Amino acid sequence: MDISLLLKMAADAEPDRVALTCDGRHWTYGELWNAATGAAAAIADSGATHVALLDTGSEAAPIALFGAALAGVPYCPLNYRLADADLGALTARIAPAYIVGDTARVAKLAADAGHTALDRAAFVAAAEAAADPEREANEGAEDNGGIAVQLFTSGTTAAPKAAILAHANLVSYILGTVEFGAADADEAALVSVPPYHIAGIAALLSSIYAMRRIVLLPAFSPEDWIALCTSEACTNAFVVPTMLSRVVETLDAEAAAGLSRLRAIAYGGGRMPTELIARALDLFPDTGFTNAYGLTETSSTVALLGPQEHRDAQVSADPAVKARLGSVGKPLPTIELEIRNEDGRVCAAGTPGEIYVRGDQVSGQYRERSALDADGWFPTRDAGYLDAEGYLFLSGRADDVIVRGGENISPGEIEDVLVAHPGISDVAAVGVPSAEWGEVVAVAIACTPDAPDDDAIRALVRERLRSSRVPERIVRVDALPYNEMGKLLRREVRLLFERPA
Amino acid sequence: MKAGSKLKSAVDDTEVMVIKAPAGGTVSCGGAPMGDDKPAKKAEIDPAHADGTKMGKRYTDAAGTIELLCIKPGKGSLALDGVALLLKDAKPLPSSD
Repeated sequence: MDISLLLKMAADAEPDRVALTCDGRHWTYGELWNAATGAAAAIADSGATHVALLDTGSEAAPIALFGAALAGVPYCPLNYRLADADLGALTARIAPAYIVGDTARVAKLAADAGHTALDRAAFVAAAEAAADPEREANEGAEDNGGIAVQLFTSGTTAAPKAAILAHANLVSYILGTVEFGAADADEAALVSVPPYHIAGIAALLSSIYAMRRIVLLPAFSPEDWIALCTSEACTNAFVVPTMLSRVVETLDAEAAAGLSRLRAIAYGGGRMPTELIARALDLFPDTGFTNAYGLTETSSTVALLGPQEHRDAQVSADPAVKARLGSVGKPLPTIELEIRNEDGRVCAAGTPGEIYVRGDQVSGQYRERSALDADGWFPTRDAGYLDAEGYLFLSGRADDVIVRGGENISPGEIEDVLVAHPGISDVAAVGVPSAEWGEVVAVAIACTPDAPDDDAIRALVRERLRSSRVPERIVRVDALPYNEMGKLLRREVRLLFERPA
Repeated sequence: MKAGSKLKSAVDDTEVMVIKAPAGGTVSCGGAPMGDDKPAKKAEIDPAHADGTKMGKRYTDAAGTIELLCIKPGKGSLALDGVALLLKDAKPLPSSD
């Protein structure tokens, strides 16, 4: 099984239907397929072992993704925001690569590494010129271990790991979650996540297999997102929480009316504040919201909270149902999911532990090693628990759990209490070293002018939680550090406390 | 036959991708065995196996021993050892990407 089949099926079914809109140009399924076959020939001629994308989202992303698949080499989109030294180290690990995008940067970083570098326009022109419309999708994908995609993790603690996704993982994910050609002719999905993120790759594969037109927004701003969503009459969108927050802040009544075609908003990739999703549900009363939880190593989504569950939670008087607005929903039917404690035993409902998943879409493989256990389970390093009805709640990265005097404290529980205070606009809780307790709680807060003083903050936590959760150290900042996907950078928050109190 | 391989019909344009390979047995389309290649001359479709296939649909047997994905539709219907395969019911999921 090979991901090239997904595009080939769409191109066979309706070659003249528009697949992708980018910078005002439309690409049909037939045009994308033909370009992918040409790209495959160009990639094969170059002798490259990897195909890299060093560019914002454009038609070049799907052409390179499927072209790499047809050529039998991994597709490896790179984070163009990385500093030169970091990016240079990554390109060295995939040499010799066929690199599409910023040729000047390739020349500067790795002129002698044997890479073939083409800018976007040259790549697309070469791909179209070499098109082989009679070509079939690949059958076996055994060459190169059947790797479709290689993504470098963000490397918070060490050098970035090269997560690999096999064709079989991605095809299983798509066949298990998307019905072929299910999209109506008017459906269009606004894609604003970067191409080097798993959500960016999943967006291409899912929309192409559903035959839902992709509308690419290469660089996110709330104004551009609203304008493109309106002008292209988008019906679907995927956003990370920070994007939704900025759209909600920017939206006025006139702009909201322009988004009336938006039937579905899916979100994921970071912690969604309950206040924000509640506000979004009010602002978009006719839109279905889906919360997706997944990781690079799991080929994207493994659990989701659907539109009806959002609306039920929004209006319910039952605290357990209401709480589900903060849940990531239930595992996909094709996924097994368990919460395990430190001894490896499965936890009872309501008891937090580490989330383990298993299924055909789960890779859990890195270039360097496999993270799967003997029975094929992948430890996500995310902490969480299941409620009595099987809804999954996340409580942060397992590595982020604060261990104070042997007691495990989830940063999320402290953050939830504090962020509800009107004087606090954002908060992060981290563990900092303590001679007495091993670790103690420290919080960094971004304040509004009505910020509570330190005593009031401690009193609030003591009152709502318990004394072990009371922050020992408190710093005030203008804004907390986030990466471009809206993920809080806790390691940078910890640095705020390295100076002695 | 193994997962990932393609089977072609001897009676029409039907092609399927094997998602789950059965332990054994013969897969047929329109009453004639499917193979890796199309025969030079098409066989006659058996009217008893002519309900057709639909693009992108998955077909399975009652016990779930086999699963085929239709990648080119045709007039013949699919069977394993003469027993007609069933359209696999897919519970629709909301789009999460």
